[in-house]
Amino acid sequence: MPELDYAFLDDHLTLATLGAIVVAAPALLTAVLGVFTLIDRPLSERLTAKAVSLATGTGLLAAVGVFVLMLVGDTRHVVVELGHWVHIESSAPEPHYHFAVKFVFDRLSVPFAALSLALCGIIGAFSNRYLHRERGYNRFFTLYAVFVTGMVTASLAGTIETLFLGWELVGLSSALLVGFFHDRPAPVRNALRVWIVYRVSDAALLLAAVVLHHMTGEGDLDQLTGYHEEANGTSWPFGQCILGEGQVLAVGGLLVVAAAGKSALVPFSGWLPRAMEGPTPSSAVFYGALSVHLGAFLLLRAGPVLDASPVLAGTVLVLGLVTAAFAALTGRAQTDVKSALSFASLTQVGLIVAEIGLGWRYVPLVHLLGHACLRTLQFLRAPSAIRDHHGFENALGNRLPRADALGGGWLYRYALERGYWDALLDRFVAGPLIRALCWCSRLDERCTAILAGSPRSTEGGETS
Amino acid sequence: MNLLSLPWAELCVLLPFVGVAVVGLVRDPAIAGRWTLGISAVVFGGSIMPWVALESGISSGPYFAVDGLTAPLLPLIALLHLLTVLATARVKRNRMSFGGHLAGEGLWLGAFAAAPSAGWLLVLFLALGTLPPLIELWQRGRPIRVYALHMGTFALLLTTGWVATEAGATTFGAVLLSLAVLVRSGTATVHLWVPDLFQHASFGTALLFVAPLAGVYAALRLLIPIAPDWVLEGIGLASLATAVYAAGLAAVQDDARRFFAYLVLSHTSLVMVGLELHTAISLTGALCLWASVAVSLAGLGIILRAVEARHGRLALAGYRGLYDESPSLAVGFLLMGLGSVGFPATFGFVSAELLVDGAITADPAVAVGIVAAAALNGIAVVRAYLALFTGARHPSPLPFGITIRERIAVLAFAAIILGCGIFPQPFVSSCHSSAESLLELRARR
Repeated sequence: MPELDYAFLDDHLTLATLGAIVVAAPALLTAVLGVFTLIDRPLSERLTAKAVSLATGTGLLAAVGVFVLMLVGDTRHVVVELGHWVHIESSAPEPHYHFAVKFVFDRLSVPFAALSLALCGIIGAFSNRYLHRERGYNRFFTLYAVFVTGMVTASLAGTIETLFLGWELVGLSSALLVGFFHDRPAPVRNALRVWIVYRVSDAALLLAAVVLHHMTGEGDLDQLTGYHEEANGTSWPFGQCILGEGQVLAVGGLLVVAAAGKSALVPFSGWLPRAMEGPTPSSAVFYGALSVHLGAFLLLRAGPVLDASPVLAGTVLVLGLVTAAFAALTGRAQTDVKSALSFASLTQVGLIVAEIGLGWRYVPLVHLLGHACLRTLQFLRAPSAIRDHHGFENALGNRLPRADALGGGWLYRYALERGYWDALLDRFVAGPLIRALCWCSRLDERCTAILAGSPRSTEGGETS
Repeated sequence: MNLLSLPWAELCVLLPFVGVAVVGLVRDPAIAGRWTLGISAVVFGGSIMPWVALESGISSGPYFAVDGLTAPLLPLIALLHLLTVLATARVKRNRMSFGGHLAGEGLWLGAFAAAPSAGWLLVLFLALGTLPPLIELWQRGRPIRVYALHMGTFALLLTTGWVATEAGATTFGAVLLSLAVLVRSGTATVHLWVPDLFQHASFGTALLFVAPLAGVYAALRLLIPIAPDWVLEGIGLASLATAVYAAGLAAVQDDARRFFAYLVLSHTSLVMVGLELHTAISLTGALCLWASVAVSLAGLGIILRAVEARHGRLALAGYRGLYDESPSLAVGFLLMGLGSVGFPATFGFVSAELLVDGAITADPAVAVGIVAAAALNGIAVVRAYLALFTGARHPSPLPFGITIRERIAVLAFAAIILGCGIFPQPFVSSCHSSAESLLELRARR
């Protein structure tokens, strides 16, 4: 009788347990803060801060534990399957359906999840002081918990449906945090704008998920990208796409649209400076460091799909370069520090995307990790940097010299207006659509009035 | 004879009508309200019993019976009525017709409990079910013509379609029934009665009339077993166009009631699209979506009604800044709204996934339409949330916070939406077996 390798079983069990903790810790935080918010009995600031540090700390420790065990065991691809969330056994010839909750720990997901937890932990501690006695303290941390859960879920997702789940959580929490200071109309308007772009991105990802599910019978990312647990040679970043040429273009194209929306690539760049209306900590971690990189992460995850199609890879390269050039130019004309930083961030995101388009994998990953850390620091430092700057000027008794790289011509106006992208989208996409819908609405009202037998206003109806 | 052998389905239908007689004897609105609440609670408890009896293998009567599809729907209908009356603001109780509320509940339960073999009973209850809003509009002196025209057409098409089907003219009957379903579901261009009803009827009455999606039920019971493929494809196409159209209109409305009416229209049409694709997965998705939409929209409607009871008719043109008055209502609004559009961890998420997956098998263009409608609905919900709950605060000396009754209703809806969202498998399995039964029935036609 052959001997069983119990050592492997124990290792795998430990890895699976630690992996489950990485996901469960932020999810539990969301559940706790969410339930207390729903019943209108928010936790005290002290308890909230403790819960946040406990959840992010536990998650981070578990992620580091997974990383160490993978290094020690020379394992490069660990799959943690939590079973089927939904499973439908159909009688032939109907296809089966299952929604597997599966998380993958590899050289891409572990660093990104650890980065998310580390930066979120830092931001949690920073925000606890920054928002002390702020009216929206509990609202901020509830949305923050949703964001962390979404980031970790999306980072570690082993199926495209799980990725979509995390993706949507990140989108909603980001948009609502843009409108955090909701007494003023500008943040609210910007929040709606961010949400609309995110919905376009979400729709593209959902379609990609469903098309993939339909083509391969499941939404398994390993199936799509050819990564397998057994053979180290085929774990990330090596893999081979199993789809045909047309299928690659369909799924890959949708993924690129989804990534462009989430990472504010051209032509969706307009939302990023608008997102700076939120509190500084959320700007730092969401739009400067993590959320804005999620699109690039998606492209890294779907690397073999890009490798299988030179057209897609070329599109990604061009998209990245155009975004980088646009953001570098625009950032020079911004008049506030957060907008300037957001465009600086976008320049780097564009370069990361271009690197992915070139077929590199480790370079963009390292670039992403380093950039996220640097930008978080810069965003958090921004308010005190302004104060220091004013302090210098006061001490000198004069203004410090300012760089004027663009002069005052059309290039400056182009940069100041952020490339007119928002204006173009408003004029040629949103405007006509809204006008058409409003016309339909008025038509409905007129038809109702005709049917009712008398022209009447829609005002003054029943109020109970 | 044990407790489960009692004719529970019949009792569920009868009890609300007994309640109408009891409440009719009470003059004081406060006492009548308490009686209505008590009777609704008893009906809710009783509506679970046919399900339990079905699970225990006890057969039902010839006229009223439940199966795998309708067994969970009876308690759902009863719960919607119970929570609606529970969350009615005190200031509105004087004007609420408690008898009408109970009569409406009885008619709904009658339609959902009608045995498949007693098709005439289903047709009768569906036709009679259009009367309570009509009576209310008439009693309050509101315009009734648009509603009466559409519902009269519905009742006529439904009855003649059913008679024709029974007489053996199946195709002709199916065409008439499909037209009836289109009218009742508010498919464009026969959708005008829905915004009109919300404009003129009380919110509670309009909500309870549209939230259970009667058109979907009529299609499931009367149409799908007999209709030729081309009829179903026609309905599917019209429903898809309506889903996108209504979602777009919901996103640009400046009046909260009209926003809600178009949201209902879009969701009803999305469920109809899933039904007409007639594959097991899409049908399962449609059935799940039906339940999730009914719960989510009822919850959303009750919250809108609660806010309206405090502030009157709600415009979405500016920002009202109501968040700080009652964060629970704001959070509930967002949760119910996002639940209806299939946000992760809510009941609608898996339903929407199943529906889109089923649709892409049938036709990728349909899937694109469904996703577009869902995206627009999501934008409409968040826009409405921002318009109502954000903006400059206007502190009031009056206590506008959520009441205990409203809180119970909101928490009950939230528990269903999140509970079924996090543990969807039992309900999905139940819907799947119902879907397979329906397809078997259709295959035998």
